[in-house]
Amino acid sequence: MRDALEGSQAIARAVSLCKPDVVAAYPITPQTHIVENLSKLVAEGDLHTEFVSVESEFSAASVVLGAAAAGARAYTATASQGVLLMAEVLFNIAGMRIPLVMTVANRAVSAPLSIWNDHGDSMAVRDSGWIQLHAADNQEAVDTTIQAFRITQETELPVMVCMDGFILTHTMEVIDLPDQATVDAFLPPFEFARKLDPQDPKSLGTLVDPGFFAEVRHSHHAAMAKALSVIADTDSAWESATGRACGGLLTVEGDKDAAVGIVAMGSTTGTLRAGMAHHPDAGPARLIKLRSFRPFPAQALIEATDGLDHLIVIDRAISPGLGGILGTEIAAALADVPNAPKIHNHALGLGGRDIPETIYADLMAAVTDPDAPLVFDADMAKLAPEDR
Amino acid sequence: MIEFRIHGRGGQGSVAAAYLLATAAFEAGLMCQAFPAFGAERRGAPVTAFVRIGHDPIHLRSQVRTPDWLIVQDDSLLIDPNLTSGLKDGGSMIVNSARDSNEVASTFGCRALCIDATQMAVEEIGRPIPNTALLAAFLGLTGILPLKALGTALRGRFHGDVLENNLRLIERAARAVPDGAWKETEDA
Repeated sequence: MRDALEGSQAIARAVSLCKPDVVAAYPITPQTHIVENLSKLVAEGDLHTEFVSVESEFSAASVVLGAAAAGARAYTATASQGVLLMAEVLFNIAGMRIPLVMTVANRAVSAPLSIWNDHGDSMAVRDSGWIQLHAADNQEAVDTTIQAFRITQETELPVMVCMDGFILTHTMEVIDLPDQATVDAFLPPFEFARKLDPQDPKSLGTLVDPGFFAEVRHSHHAAMAKALSVIADTDSAWESATGRACGGLLTVEGDKDAAVGIVAMGSTTGTLRAGMAHHPDAGPARLIKLRSFRPFPAQALIEATDGLDHLIVIDRAISPGLGGILGTEIAAALADVPNAPKIHNHALGLGGRDIPETIYADLMAAVTDPDAPLVFDADMAKLAPEDR
Repeated sequence: MIEFRIHGRGGQGSVAAAYLLATAAFEAGLMCQAFPAFGAERRGAPVTAFVRIGHDPIHLRSQVRTPDWLIVQDDSLLIDPNLTSGLKDGGSMIVNSARDSNEVASTFGCRALCIDATQMAVEEIGRPIPNTALLAAFLGLTGILPLKALGTALRGRFHGDVLENNLRLIERAARAVPDGAWKETEDA
């Protein structure tokens, strides 16, 4: 049913539709409203789940790890410092191949302290072995959350649904929430073949000597590669069920014949779309909305960028000492492609810096500017000359 | 697409006003987007919230920089000369204030209307929270959305006496302004 909902409220209701057996979370801005709304649904009797209030994100992640390992559908949500406090457990969850869904309400990481949005938190656990899907708007966040429960069951890979903190979590917009019957038909009952069972004792995550560790990592990598088609197929199945799709691995829109392409993840894509519509004098672009960051859809990106002269890659985080993370990865993916586009990698919106519609024209103009800065919207006048 | 910026102080319900306005737009069959300027929230501190409404899906996610309308919930904020920053040519402001409308209009060089929404709120709901009265007065002035859409939005958010008192308050506030006086700029 269509309704005007705050993003966080919609996510809580989407999670509720998936009937998790266990929810454990510790509140942190800007994820808080998701947890508040979930606990309200429990208190009002609309969601029957084991809601575990914990004393930290480390515990939240540990609780859902244990719950899922024992065969329960489990969910948690966090952001920023919470992701970092969970980090050790996140690697364990992925390494043990535990099916789980977690929302990350993307927020910058301290220091300096910032409660505002960027992708520094999910990027910090980029290599944890979780699937990472980015939502461009709250409808996609809702649809991706429900899809994530199916993807995680099918792949035995945990799924992180990344949504821009505040920009999506605190924004009310028109959202179509599916009904319970649609979700029930789409999402099979939770089953975990390797679940911990006293009648059939086994161990998970035990010591592995050098004779097996490499094989475990290789199989994890192979499972991620296989997950690419699961992510795309699950989105197609969702489209069949609801008429809505989120773009599978990535979406190509805008002017498909343009010489310039722009790749972005998350809510930035909407502002770029508006910018292109309202600044026709800046020229057309092919807009590529990347949904699946892990697994990284290298082949889909090669196809999506075919024929471009220039490719602007927007990062919402940086790796100090390297530069843009997504930009570096896309450059690597295109390294062996003949006539690959020249890559222009920029970071935008760090620590909640507002991204205006005019950024589209600025980015397009910067294609011919070899001195355009990596942190594109940084005000160099605020910096000492030696730091510029 | 019509863009709104709501200025107030923590505790006056500026963010709630943004959500109510967006919900009313949805109830009237429009697309909507509402969000606060994300800051440290504390009572009395300046708060800004944004609303966009229109017939088409809304993709832009920046803060509202060039509003068509300003809704000002606290007249102590009028000391800020940047209050009307980015206001579109022909844009207007409605202010919760007992001051003279013409004086405020000439200070900021835009059309302005002052209404003492706090006083009405104190009388009708017993609390100095001006948001629903100010929204109702705004809708009465502009006819952008029917008042009953705001009533529906209130029913989704409040219950019991709080709801009944607010429904009475919005009827009173809408009648307190010249009906449809700013209607010529309606363009959703």
